[in-house]
Amino acid sequence: MAESMNIKLKVWRQAGPKAQGRFETYTVPDANPHMSFLELLDVLNEQLIKSGKDPIEFDHDCREGICGSCGVVVDGVAHGPQRRTACCQLHMRHYKDGDTIVVEPWRAEAFPIIKDLVVDRSAFDRIIAAGGFVSVNAGSAQDANCLPIAKTAADLAMDFAACIGCGACVAACPNASASLFTAAKISHLAMLPQGAPERKSRVTAMVNQMAEEGFGDCSNHAECEAVCPKGISISTIATMRREYFKAMLG
Amino acid sequence: MKSVLDSKIPSGPLKEKWDNYKNGIKLVNPANKRKHTVLVVGTGLAGGSAAATLAELGYKVKSFCIQDSPRRAHSIAAQGGINAAKNYPNDGDTVWRLFYDTVKGGDYRSREANVHRLAQISNNIIDQCVAQGVPFAREYGGLLDNRSFGGAQVSRTFYARGQTGQQLLLGAYQSMSRQIGLGNIEMFARQEMLDLVLVDGKARGIITRNLVTGEIERHSGDAVLLCTGGYGNVYYLSTNAKNSNVTAAWRCHKRGAAFANPCFTQIHPTCIPVSGDYQSKLTLMSESLRNDGRVWVPKKQGDTRKPRDIPEAERDYYLERRYPSFGNLVPRDVASRNAKNACDEGKGVGETKLAVYLDFAEAITRLGKDAIAARYGNLFEMYERITGENPYETPMRMYPAVHYTMGGLWVDYELQSNVEGLFVLGEANFSDHGANRLGASALMQGLADGYFVIPYTLGSYLASNELQKVDGSHAAFSAAESDAKARVEKLLSIQGTKTVTEYHRELGRIMWDYVGMSRTEEGLKKAIAEITALREDFWKNVLVPGEKTTMNKNLEFAGRLADFLELGELMARDALERQESCGGHFREEYQSEDGEAMRNDDLFTYVAAWAYSENGHTLIKEPLEYESIKLTTRSYK
Ligand SMILES: Cc1cc2nc3c(=O)[nH]c(=O)nc-3n(C[C@H](O)[C@H](O)[C@H](O)COP(=O)(O)OP(=O)(O)OC[C@H]3O[C@@H](n4cnc5c(N)ncnc54)[C@H](O)[C@@H]3O)c2cc1C
Ligand code: SF4
Ligand code: FES
Repeated sequence: MAESMNIKLKVWRQAGPKAQGRFETYTVPDANPHMSFLELLDVLNEQLIKSGKDPIEFDHDCREGICGSCGVVVDGVAHGPQRRTACCQLHMRHYKDGDTIVVEPWRAEAFPIIKDLVVDRSAFDRIIAAGGFVSVNAGSAQDANCLPIAKTAADLAMDFAACIGCGACVAACPNASASLFTAAKISHLAMLPQGAPERKSRVTAMVNQMAEEGFGDCSNHAECEAVCPKGISISTIATMRREYFKAMLG
Repeated sequence: MKSVLDSKIPSGPLKEKWDNYKNGIKLVNPANKRKHTVLVVGTGLAGGSAAATLAELGYKVKSFCIQDSPRRAHSIAAQGGINAAKNYPNDGDTVWRLFYDTVKGGDYRSREANVHRLAQISNNIIDQCVAQGVPFAREYGGLLDNRSFGGAQVSRTFYARGQTGQQLLLGAYQSMSRQIGLGNIEMFARQEMLDLVLVDGKARGIITRNLVTGEIERHSGDAVLLCTGGYGNVYYLSTNAKNSNVTAAWRCHKRGAAFANPCFTQIHPTCIPVSGDYQSKLTLMSESLRNDGRVWVPKKQGDTRKPRDIPEAERDYYLERRYPSFGNLVPRDVASRNAKNACDEGKGVGETKLAVYLDFAEAITRLGKDAIAARYGNLFEMYERITGENPYETPMRMYPAVHYTMGGLWVDYELQSNVEGLFVLGEANFSDHGANRLGASALMQGLADGYFVIPYTLGSYLASNELQKVDGSHAAFSAAESDAKARVEKLLSIQGTKTVTEYHRELGRIMWDYVGMSRTEEGLKKAIAEITALREDFWKNVLVPGEKTTMNKNLEFAGRLADFLELGELMARDALERQESCGGHFREEYQSEDGEAMRNDDLFTYVAAWAYSENGHTLIKEPLEYESIKLTTRSYK
């Protein structure tokens, strides 16, 4: 069986949206290299509950890197040290006995803290509601194979559509911009003929909504791409800009 | 409650039933649609597609989910694909064949008419999703690609890499988002339904808890659509997302909705094995891997050599050996049971000896590493992230895990439960998969229910019932609200010594040992006794931290566990009652000489629907009549 490790955690605790937050330090004496990072938090929470303290709240659901629920900043990096990995898929074998890990929530004005490590990301939903769709009612579609799409275009569309809406890109951006998230959806639909009729209205509405939500502007730091668990490329942001200018020109 | 359940199957030949039904129903006048409020609980494939479609038709929709966004419903995690009878590969598929495979795969314990409708609708789903911009895999000519899945000999599965559920759900979510933007759907995220409200015997509302503020809320409407997913988490460890639960369905059950076939659970053969007792959930590796991966164990018991050091002659490719015509692509129940048997015989591999190999060496030699990477790259990466092992070089280790629940609330052909005005869609109902679900058919069912069935059947209900106006001030809402509040307070007041997770793990152990892959009369009786004792202990000794007025996930999970502790007992009872082996329900007493499941069609060709009353559960049987298909022994040999 794997060796157990002693891990220290410095975790951001905040009782509610308006409460003052602070770091608290805890120790998990029996961490195991096979456990996931969220399982480490589970173990810590059991410890806290047993000693009469409030457990740490954090969002999670699939624990498979696909739902986009989880998301914390680990040692200053959104989702932690392993590239292209959501923090639910980060495993403790990347740490060693005696390590200290600092855990914080996403920090962005457009993502207010709800409690501890949980933030409100509903701004993302409003960006999609502004235009991130194809207006097609159920029942009105033609046979699927009436619309051939080159494999290369379909594959690229899939690359962009893979975004899980976690918000790491915002957390990593010095301007707290939501550009990578928004651009991923715009690029996905711009790759496909189905997206063409609403191409201009979509990009305008989504970009405007992004600004309205209080996200910052993109100034090409590329921190977003580095932390994105799905490897969304910042080339999508260039596409978004191009689409936006084209829409502006009418 | 009525002691007979009317399945309302339309008249006429099987192929014409759905058309006959649609031709005969009353329609809601377009101008009246916006006067109807429909409550849709759940935003997975079933709930997301239903909410979007109903709003497109003009109904006022209120939609609810537990997660912070409708896009995160558990459906997002589905990997492998979705079936349809398009027959694009020209390999002999038809609507009939998809229907037949699904009924056979379900071991003849599902309703013919429902399954046939599902197969008919399957093609519309693919059309709809493509129109939404779902990036399905394509061939070089630009047309859609198909792959094969377990339990079928044709390629009828559409897929978007290993993220089919994600892409289909995002399609539905985007359609929902459009309707949210247009003001036709009001979205309530981070809300948990805690009870169903009945007025004059009809479903007219729900009680929810706001998971951020803890406030208990009342929502009224003309019908309630329950799209709340499956209950696999009763086993604690499963491939389901952590928030998946039975609470909404169970609350409806306690308000009168019958619960059907609760013991029909699917154990998926290819999941990453448990690594330790801190384990919080299990990760599925898509069934599609069995297209190219070969399952084997060492022939010798207790063989500790590295897999690559075991020569071909000393390996047992047991699925290929026992089932030459389906090989590694036998249905899930068969593959799972065989893996368990291999491990029970002492041939299991890995540290815990509870695993079998899934080996890609032969496929990599035949097709090249790039081809395999293109098909399964993201799954291989996921496997490596979790286990630290590289499946291009060493075979994956796999073990079965709880994955899907075929049982659920009883519904008729219209997807209406026996409580009027309560409709149940997706995994939460029991209807289409019998005793075993075939791969890639849950996504198909969820979307069929939401996009193409409910718009008709709900319309028919609303058009043929005069519903009085009801709002949250009705006495029935006050009563249900006080019940919900009292429960929350009770959970917090116990302040015992054992945590919610400790109780849940204990329940999971009982369920897995006695109500899992293989069941016996003795074990099931033991399970009932142990669950009863555990439940009593839970209500005396559970320790729920925190308060009711802030976000408190332990409190949420405590409420869900309380319901699992009741459901688990009913599952064991149902399994005890069903004295036959069929699909995922394997009773050791009923097997053939070579260990295959033995059904008893004379006695058990029925749906077991359980009705709840203060005095306990009673069984109502809905006989299954097969008019078009002849029941045979399922063979994949
Ligand atoms: C890992 C994995 C892979 C899979 N792969 C495939 C596949 O390849 N092909 C296939 O066909 N099937 C697959 N399945 C099965 C399939 O994904 C599910 O059966 C299906 O997605 C269920 O959809 P649903 O809409 O019924 O429910 P879910 O997607 O489970 O949605 C439930 C919804 O209900 C909400 N909810 C639940 N309780 C409450 C409550 N009390 N109050 C408010 N809201 C509530 C949740 O928030 C959520 O929005 C897979 C399943 C798993 C676990
Ligand atoms: S672009 Fe990447 S980091 Fe941003 S929300 Fe999508 S998946 Fe997360
Ligand atoms: S919990 Fe779903 S992505 Fe991490």
